[in-house]
Amino acid sequence: MPRILLLASLLLVSSAAVADEDAIKLKAGPGHDQVLQNCAVCHSLDYVRMNATFMTPQVWDAEVQKMIKAYGAPIEAGDAKIITDYLATQYGVPAPAPAPAKAGN
Amino acid sequence: MDVTRRDLLRASSQSALLSMLPVAALAAPTFEDALPDGVRDGATLEALPGKKPLIKLSYRPPNYETPINYFDQLWTPNDAFFVRYHLAVIPEVDAKEWRLKIGGDGATTPFELTLDQLTKQFEQVEIPAVCMCSGNRRGLFQPHVPGVQWGHGAIGNAKWKGVRLKDVLAKAGVKKEAIELRMDGADSAPLDKTPDFVKSIPLWKALDDSVLIATHMNGQPLPHWNGYPARIIVPGWTATYWMKHITSLELLTKPLDNFWMKTAYRIPQGKFPVVQRFLGQETEINAPITEMLVNSLLTNITNGQKVKVGQQVEIRGMAWDGGYGIRTVEISSDGGTTWTPATLADDPGRFSFRPFNFRFQPKTSGKVVIVARATNKLGQTQTTELIPNPSGYHHNVMHRVTLDVG
Repeated sequence: MPRILLLASLLLVSSAAVADEDAIKLKAGPGHDQVLQNCAVCHSLDYVRMNATFMTPQVWDAEVQKMIKAYGAPIEAGDAKIITDYLATQYGVPAPAPAPAKAGN
Repeated sequence: MDVTRRDLLRASSQSALLSMLPVAALAAPTFEDALPDGVRDGATLEALPGKKPLIKLSYRPPNYETPINYFDQLWTPNDAFFVRYHLAVIPEVDAKEWRLKIGGDGATTPFELTLDQLTKQFEQVEIPAVCMCSGNRRGLFQPHVPGVQWGHGAIGNAKWKGVRLKDVLAKAGVKKEAIELRMDGADSAPLDKTPDFVKSIPLWKALDDSVLIATHMNGQPLPHWNGYPARIIVPGWTATYWMKHITSLELLTKPLDNFWMKTAYRIPQGKFPVVQRFLGQETEINAPITEMLVNSLLTNITNGQKVKVGQQVEIRGMAWDGGYGIRTVEISSDGGTTWTPATLADDPGRFSFRPFNFRFQPKTSGKVVIVARATNKLGQTQTTELIPNPSGYHHNVMHRVTLDVG
């Protein structure tokens, strides 16, 4: 075990970076600024990318509404629409819809 | 619990067998095949201060999972232990300034403790226990469920040392009307309107001998990212109740009513074989998640790993459950058609990982699907099919790894 673990550790170290939020970039597009101004107040933007491959417009809308209603994010209705559209366009899939989240993470 | 050294020795003797396997394949970080499609594009190995590089799922709040290869040893190293926060304001607690307040309307004599008082005024105990995020393996759900897309690594096994929660509560005087214990930690949200992460456990659980206010794990002070200077540990139950950086304990005479109890961390009624329930927080529709389901993980083989016909392969893994103890682990080398018992290592304690191993010698070339299935002492076993639920909890589908025999 020690030998194997050591090898694994060396590989991990050589391919890893120190944690750095600045390295997280979202795609350019309409709504990008609103996402930065609102979402990034409370969390880093890797949350967006992590969920991207299976998020339909409905599920993105449910997530944005959860952030407003459950987590108290002070997002204006107009901005919420812009943010949802950005997420669905840049980081979403059209269908089919998985079950929306009803609870926290 | 003096198993550490023996286990290390056993592990060393196993490395002789290990050497029969191609070292390159074993040494490769195993996170690639542990993560769902898409998530791996953004997930990177990154090191938080004081931690080894872990699989970063989110930076702020920090959510970092442990690569599978670390689970090939009984005790998960502190610097490789997974990190999970809900809210992004995480103060570095100064142990000299830290105070634990114990009170609530269900306590007769509220009081405060310094860290020194906590560790000196009460009996010290140590218990091995698995700490697992409720959403471990959420990323493997089909269909996907939104949230932190954990692979297999939001889990770890450690020896937790501290004082019994019940001893501290006794000093506060538990009124007969008390029904729950409210727990709050030093971390909070950037916005005042975000519900602070506060949880409760039923009083009967808070008074269980196994539940501790822990200050140490694996013989060292808790790492900052795992709750320094003190956290609650609730062996057998998922980590949502293992409050980090604990600062406040309140005995309650009414059920705690907040987002983290009433909305989050709920499982549908009747779908899971749960013995210990949190009845005071249940509704007809759903219930708070409580104990972990029986589960297991293959820790030394990866998908696509090449093995030669006739080569002796030792397959290893870890099994655990909600504290009833592991009775058997069986291995299938034909995708789940036939099963053979694995060898269980000594039992470090009913809340701990239980190591198992199995020797396998492939006779013909082709794909071989290895599957592990653990059964606990209640006779509960793992599922073949995922039990869907809205938040992606209780994933205990049998772990399958496909070897390439050539």
